[in-house]
Amino acid sequence: MSNLLGLEVKKIVETPPEEIERVKEWINTEEYKEKNFARQALVINPVHACQPLGAQLAAHGFEGTLPFVHGSQGCASYYRSTLNRHFREPAPAVSDSMTEDGAVFGGQNNLHEGLENAYAIYKPKMIAVFTSCMPEVIGDDLTAFLKNAKQKGIVPKEMPIPYANTPSFNGTHIHGYDSMLVSVLQTLTEEKKIEGRCTGKLNLIAGCDFNTGDYREYKRILEAFGIPYTVLADISDTFDSPCDGSYHIYAGGTKLEDAADSINGKATIAIGPYATPKTFNWIKDNYSGKHVSMPMPMGIEKTDAFIMKVAELFGKEVPASLKNERGRAVDAITDSHQYIHGKKFAVYGDPDYLMGYVSFLLEMGAVPHHILCSRGSKKVEKELQALLDGSMYGKGCKIYMNKDLWHLRSLLMTDPVDAVIGDSHGKFATRDAKVPLFRFGFPVFDRVNKHRYPIIGYQGAVNMLTEICNKFIDIKDETCEDRQFELMR
Amino acid sequence: MSDKIRKIEGITKESTEALIAETLSVYPEKAKKKRAPHLGANDPASGAACVKSNKKTVPGVMSARGCAYAGAKGVVWGPIRDMVHVSHGPVGCGWYSWGTRRNMMSGITGVTSFPMQFTSDFQEKDIVYGGDKKLKTLLEEAHDLFPLAKGISVLSECPVGLIGDDINSVARASAKELDIPIIPCNCEGFRGVSQSLGHHISNDTIRDYIIGTREYAEPASPYDIALIGEYNIGGDAWSTKPLLEECGFNVKSVWTGDGELEKIAATHQVKLNVIHCYRSMNYMCKVMEEKYGIPWIELNFFGPTKIRNSLRQLAQLFDDHIKAKVEEVIAKYDPIMQAVIDEYKPRLDGKKVMLLVGGLRPRHTIGAYEDLGMDCVGSGYEFAHTDDYDRTAPEMPDATVVYDDPSEYEFEKFADALKPDLIGSGIKEKYVFQKMGIPFRQMHSWDYSGPYHGYKGFEVFARDVDMAINSPTWKLVKAPF
Repeated sequence: MSNLLGLEVKKIVETPPEEIERVKEWINTEEYKEKNFARQALVINPVHACQPLGAQLAAHGFEGTLPFVHGSQGCASYYRSTLNRHFREPAPAVSDSMTEDGAVFGGQNNLHEGLENAYAIYKPKMIAVFTSCMPEVIGDDLTAFLKNAKQKGIVPKEMPIPYANTPSFNGTHIHGYDSMLVSVLQTLTEEKKIEGRCTGKLNLIAGCDFNTGDYREYKRILEAFGIPYTVLADISDTFDSPCDGSYHIYAGGTKLEDAADSINGKATIAIGPYATPKTFNWIKDNYSGKHVSMPMPMGIEKTDAFIMKVAELFGKEVPASLKNERGRAVDAITDSHQYIHGKKFAVYGDPDYLMGYVSFLLEMGAVPHHILCSRGSKKVEKELQALLDGSMYGKGCKIYMNKDLWHLRSLLMTDPVDAVIGDSHGKFATRDAKVPLFRFGFPVFDRVNKHRYPIIGYQGAVNMLTEICNKFIDIKDETCEDRQFELMR
Repeated sequence: MSDKIRKIEGITKESTEALIAETLSVYPEKAKKKRAPHLGANDPASGAACVKSNKKTVPGVMSARGCAYAGAKGVVWGPIRDMVHVSHGPVGCGWYSWGTRRNMMSGITGVTSFPMQFTSDFQEKDIVYGGDKKLKTLLEEAHDLFPLAKGISVLSECPVGLIGDDINSVARASAKELDIPIIPCNCEGFRGVSQSLGHHISNDTIRDYIIGTREYAEPASPYDIALIGEYNIGGDAWSTKPLLEECGFNVKSVWTGDGELEKIAATHQVKLNVIHCYRSMNYMCKVMEEKYGIPWIELNFFGPTKIRNSLRQLAQLFDDHIKAKVEEVIAKYDPIMQAVIDEYKPRLDGKKVMLLVGGLRPRHTIGAYEDLGMDCVGSGYEFAHTDDYDRTAPEMPDATVVYDDPSEYEFEKFADALKPDLIGSGIKEKYVFQKMGIPFRQMHSWDYSGPYHGYKGFEVFARDVDMAINSPTWKLVKAPF
């Protein structure tokens, strides 16, 4: 017998039922909550993933682009399957399968062999390289490795190969998105700036947004304005491609020439200040025209701000169709606000999503009671607090920075709410708390077609509102006494 | 093993070899040379592998493989329900593998079972200064917050091994201090060539830290067995365990689906190990055979034909009491299974299926398809070894294509040529083939259905296969304009 821990050999003892009952009650208490919030090292059910996942999302947003993971192959399989499950779409990406010897010799050989094979087999127009842990820990020099690859003729010299360092032990998926995106733009726009040229277009970056409906919604709004545009990192066709009997490995994405010419744009809007700071800063210094960084246009006010900014940048009137659309959205809101007014919510997610959820809820007269951010800065906290301070419905609401979904569970059990907004991972806590979970975030693994329904713009506000109000009405119908069960609600 | 060699019309050794050559023609020379031995035409008469396996993945080809950590966390450790499993390192690995394998578990979440994501969420400073101290604190916190957890596993992610942390000594010290088993598992993703080494490392860890540290409270009986390599995907163990109990056995522990640490630790006291997934747990069966003299038998719980054969093989190792019970069970279920076959076979007869999965499924499920009248025209594994391919050869028809760790390109090319009516593979492949209009079932996760094991499972399996192949939705794929 080994027993390397040197523990005493014991008979199996079943935990007594009363002890189970005690702990079951205990984990719902204030005392447990305090213990839970005192955690220093252990993270339980975090909301955030790691950088390379976001990098892969950004890479998929460009025409003919093969995402390439420099690192262990298991990483690539994890990012791919996560995207597969959320979108229910293919997510082709390769890895250079670094193994133990890579730790000794570095990853150049794997990278070169991988590039040669990927180029021959999958014929990409662009290869977007990003890293997982291993090369980051051993300190691989991607700049040199890729330069050598081109010098050796492993891939054609003219092939764009943007690359990003995306260590998983720093930041979250939104930072990987930012790093990959800025690298793609830097690579594609190199020497493309032409003095005096203006494409007349708006460049739009949607931020680290996993909802294909949102991308289509931005485009529809711009088309209503009659404004020509280039959506940069456009995943709408990549992750919402037709089923017509044929498979196309590169199903969508921003045309590389449009991305290259985007540097001569009339204006650029980067949505999501927390998901695109690097990209936006670089654009500000290098792109022609005007540059604006804006929050996700969730809810009416934030959509108004977006619409007005677009109108201002292009010197256009807001078209009648959008004015009517706004009116219809407000009509939907005034018709149904009674089902959401005063309801208490807990919300969690990436900073840009949180700003949107909170703003939307406050304008509906709902209360974002617990606001939980898995990874975020003081700046995020301040901006959220400012939103709360601007509304009477924000009174008493609390922000929890750098907390996880096990913290959220304690909050839901000790200080209950009516509903939660987040992603599929919240389903365990909301089941225990017996409240509905609205899956507006990422990932959604357990409901279908959610990514096709926008949550931005006026239409997004209607979509969120409809889902929330009807769920509350469903709950009433399912739980009310017979004598209170009635036709109208 | 099937009795006679089956042939598929239109498939010959020459046609399969031509298909392989044609597929590899786009590869650069070096990659072609590396990949060629991993693709072959099946030779059932030889009963031996026709491909090489368990080699490094060729970089850049788009493999479906995972890593050692995935094999350790996802397969072996994750399903043990009453332990806290810590993904030690950056946040991603644990996050991606959180709840995505469908190893169902009983108990009360956060009280007696822990299907959650526990991580040390490494930051830059942990990489620079090491994570051992953090790990020690984390273990105390876990024990404090989850007092009924029977133990804690510490599963290393890549950086932990690269920066030279010593999780083993932290685990040893903390186990003493907290008086619970804390199992360090050095399963960094860069080790080995696939998930497979993660299984092996985890088996070794069970050998070194767990087995023999507990004893069953009840007295032993001659019918005490353990069910090994059953992960309770979609509730599989809740079909197989009752079936074995119906046959008269005491199933003392399940490794590791819906598993309990202490029952696993006492498994050295059983009379026989029944193994389902050979690939991931043969190591511990061999250890228990050598160390404790416990024999083991490899069975197949997919489809009535294989189940019947398996139960009879099992009964051969026991007395008349068990033999009679097993015959009773077979007699009870045979008509029920025949009714299932009568319902679905007319719609599935002659349909072709291609498989690419892991573990045991690329061979073990073939019989279940055959029970429904279907033929397997291609099969392969993500992370198998030669002994798996040896076992696969007799199950597949003559000259059908066998692929080891195929790239997405190879798999797509083979499907394009063979035009299967169904593909059974994973989530990364599913939507590729569905876009092509080919019906698909995820055969890792049972596509959110299940169980597929045991008699109960076959009913679900047959329904799902029929639903996939004969869904009217496929007729909508081609537009009339």
